[in-house]
Amino acid sequence: MIVDTIKSVAAVVLMAGIGATTASADILDTIKERGKLIVGVKADYKPYGFLDTSGAIIGIEPDLATDVADKLGVEVEFVPVVSSNRMQFLEQGKIDLMIATMTDKPDRRKVVQIIDPNYYSSGTNVLSLKSLGLKEWDDLRGKPVCGIQGAFYNKATSQEYGAEIVAFKGTAEAYSALKAGNCAAFVYDDSAIVAKTNDPEWADYEMPLPTIDDAPWGLAVPLGEDGFGTLMSEMITDWHKSGRILELETKWGVANTPFAKAMNEKFK
Amino acid sequence: MEFFFDWFRVLYDETGINLPFLYDSYDRNRMVNGFLTTIWLSLVCLFFSVIIGVIGAWLQGSSFKWTRRIVNGYIQIFRNTPPLVQLYFFYFAIGTLLPKVENDWGGQSPLLGSFAWAAISLSFFAGAFNVEIFRSGIEAVPKSTVEAAEALGFSKLMIYRDITLPLAFRVVLPALNNNLVNLVKTTTLAYAIAVPEMLYEANQIWSDNVNVTEMMIFLLLAYFALVGVLVSGMNRWERAMKIPGYG
Repeated sequence: MIVDTIKSVAAVVLMAGIGATTASADILDTIKERGKLIVGVKADYKPYGFLDTSGAIIGIEPDLATDVADKLGVEVEFVPVVSSNRMQFLEQGKIDLMIATMTDKPDRRKVVQIIDPNYYSSGTNVLSLKSLGLKEWDDLRGKPVCGIQGAFYNKATSQEYGAEIVAFKGTAEAYSALKAGNCAAFVYDDSAIVAKTNDPEWADYEMPLPTIDDAPWGLAVPLGEDGFGTLMSEMITDWHKSGRILELETKWGVANTPFAKAMNEKFK
Repeated sequence: MEFFFDWFRVLYDETGINLPFLYDSYDRNRMVNGFLTTIWLSLVCLFFSVIIGVIGAWLQGSSFKWTRRIVNGYIQIFRNTPPLVQLYFFYFAIGTLLPKVENDWGGQSPLLGSFAWAAISLSFFAGAFNVEIFRSGIEAVPKSTVEAAEALGFSKLMIYRDITLPLAFRVVLPALNNNLVNLVKTTTLAYAIAVPEMLYEANQIWSDNVNVTEMMIFLLLAYFALVGVLVSGMNRWERAMKIPGYG
């Protein structure tokens, strides 16, 4: 309760602060003056944002960021962020734009300006041996399924689909237990599983089930940047309309996600 | 009974004290299963660690040099490494080297599951201490007693079984008690290799309900009660085995 109060007070203070600073200068002018768009992206989340052999950040999200820079007619610079600092970087002005696999949540909308429509989404799925031939979630009934301790979908997987959850501390242990055959499947974020299925080491494994608990991802600009927000909103709509997201998925070896297909249909 | 459980839901609504393992039937099942798993794992490990202790102590007194060396090597390895590392070692290293068997869901799974590895690893861990504990008891038996038995024509095994061990048992009970209490508490480590014991289930429940404080207090009390039962049983045993004038 007290923590919530402190958080909301902090949010109000931050909003007031940002409101005061942004009233004077539009971020779009700053970017154009600087000649460079600084974007916060993930560097450890293949294939959405990761490092190539030379150490450069590449992936779906860096490509999207490059599109934005091209539209503005400026250079692009990537700043690697992680989940725990990405919103703070945006608030502090270290980055102009954040495209970092962030799930769109109401409390996050209080801290940063998440742009509608959502550009992507991910949900829960399983990684399992192709030879098991899983087809639907009910096929997991009575089977041991690896998971991560503390993940919110463990309960649903065991309660609704009757799987016996075998939860480990980290992903490394879970992957190794799956490989050893201690579990029939590993329940995790579908976006991370997609990356695993592209790994030659996991060639015998697949992501066979329809994704559940789909949650949209939002890219964000600092609060109060309405001009930039409107521009980004147009860009996202355009990405969906032109099929750019689908194209990037194909480029980076991800099977087209139902969300990207649905958005493409919706805006076409 | 349902009324009793529902009372805890009211308690949560009224005071914010959240005990879902009482009012939510799903969480209740998890907690009961966790409790039973802890008890079962403890009993299995208690039994095998004592057996290992008794046999190990006997082998330590063997006249073969290599038997003694092997027993001492076992003690050194298991006493000088952390039990969590042993669990990981057995489950992730040895477990994957063993042959695989066809399981009932059409896949290949390792011969032994997490519960079996936890039971093996913790039994060996506590067993290493038990060997030393039993040795201390055996050494406390007067040499003259053993010599008297030899003079009466007892074989080596008979002396150990009928003379030394019963006397030694009475000497070692307090130390054994300590080690077994520790063993019951060490079963919580099995949580790391996903054995669904009490700590594991409590962790699942607090992840879903964000009631870490309540679960921690409950866990502490639950282990306090569980170990309390073991200690009172051991004390009773100690009193029952007392020989007037000995020890």
